[in-house]
Amino acid sequence: MVKRIVVGAHYGLRDWLVQRVTAVVMAVFALVMLFIVVFHRPEHYGAWKSLMSQQWMRLASLLFLLALFWHAWIGVRDIFMDYVKPAGLRLTLLVGVVLLLVGYALWSVQILWSLY
Amino acid sequence: MRFRIYRYDPDKDAQPYMKDYDIALEPTDRMLLDALVRIKSVDDSLSLRRSCREGVCGSDAMNINGRNGLACITRLADLKEPVELRPLPGLPVIRDLIVDMSQFFKQYHSIKPYLRNNEVPPDKERLQSQAEREELDGLYECILCACCSTSCPSFWWNPDKFVGPAGLLAAYRFIADTRDQATSERLDDLEDPYRLFRCHSIMNCVDVCPKGLNPTRAIGKIKDLMVRRMT
Repeated sequence: MVKRIVVGAHYGLRDWLVQRVTAVVMAVFALVMLFIVVFHRPEHYGAWKSLMSQQWMRLASLLFLLALFWHAWIGVRDIFMDYVKPAGLRLTLLVGVVLLLVGYALWSVQILWSLY
Repeated sequence: MRFRIYRYDPDKDAQPYMKDYDIALEPTDRMLLDALVRIKSVDDSLSLRRSCREGVCGSDAMNINGRNGLACITRLADLKEPVELRPLPGLPVIRDLIVDMSQFFKQYHSIKPYLRNNEVPPDKERLQSQAEREELDGLYECILCACCSTSCPSFWWNPDKFVGPAGLLAAYRFIADTRDQATSERLDDLEDPYRLFRCHSIMNCVDVCPKGLNPTRAIGKIKDLMVRRMT
């Protein structure tokens, strides 16, 4: 069988843009965390717990984690596209990564909202 | 001066090997290509491409001490001994320092590197303003030596699908040209996870370009136009 080279999936721009936007979200969150650690110095378990269980902190953390998972999806897909050549294996790995990341996202919600 | 040169003749050699040369240079030998010509006068089995010997034709691109460049404009005085010479990485070796550039030119042709304009040409020429012409500076100077594309890991992994820095620089050269009317088709053609978006801004291309061009910036401008088109 002749091996045909197929390109022309006509996507990629959105993912490229999302990778940049999620990177900015993560950078902002990292700066906020740095600010909190430097200026408020939550030094014991209670201080961390009261910080992390505030509603705004939960939402910010969730936003950060979702940005992280989306960013990771694009990056890992890029790695598989570069290094995993058999299409069947690549698809299997990609589905595995999607399931894993969706699982992580649900798990993060559970963790963040179980703090009281 | 000492050299270690990659040798491989598929008709004779089972494996590629590195061959050492110790060559007495003349005072007029300034550039690496001068030394290679001198080596060739001693060992005429050494094969390499060269033509203009002044950095214009792009024939003598090779991997010099681990970095792609043109032998004819690489100063011998700047090279650490033994000078290790290998063919451009990532392309099939035909013999010694000569590689098969078919894949590279295939990608270049795929971006349709010619002006596409359906209007009847004027009597004399299609005029541009000075500012419009300046848009092409840093784009049209490419000599297609393949130093950039063969130093790009994304091109190594997907040479059949990723257009590569040289091809994308040429693509932007026509997108940026006010006389070209196919901008939208060109962007459509490039909007692909492999053709354009394999570029991860590693910037090896910028590092090695012997003409000092910046394919990464051109690729950025293509992405910029796509974002403007989408939003």
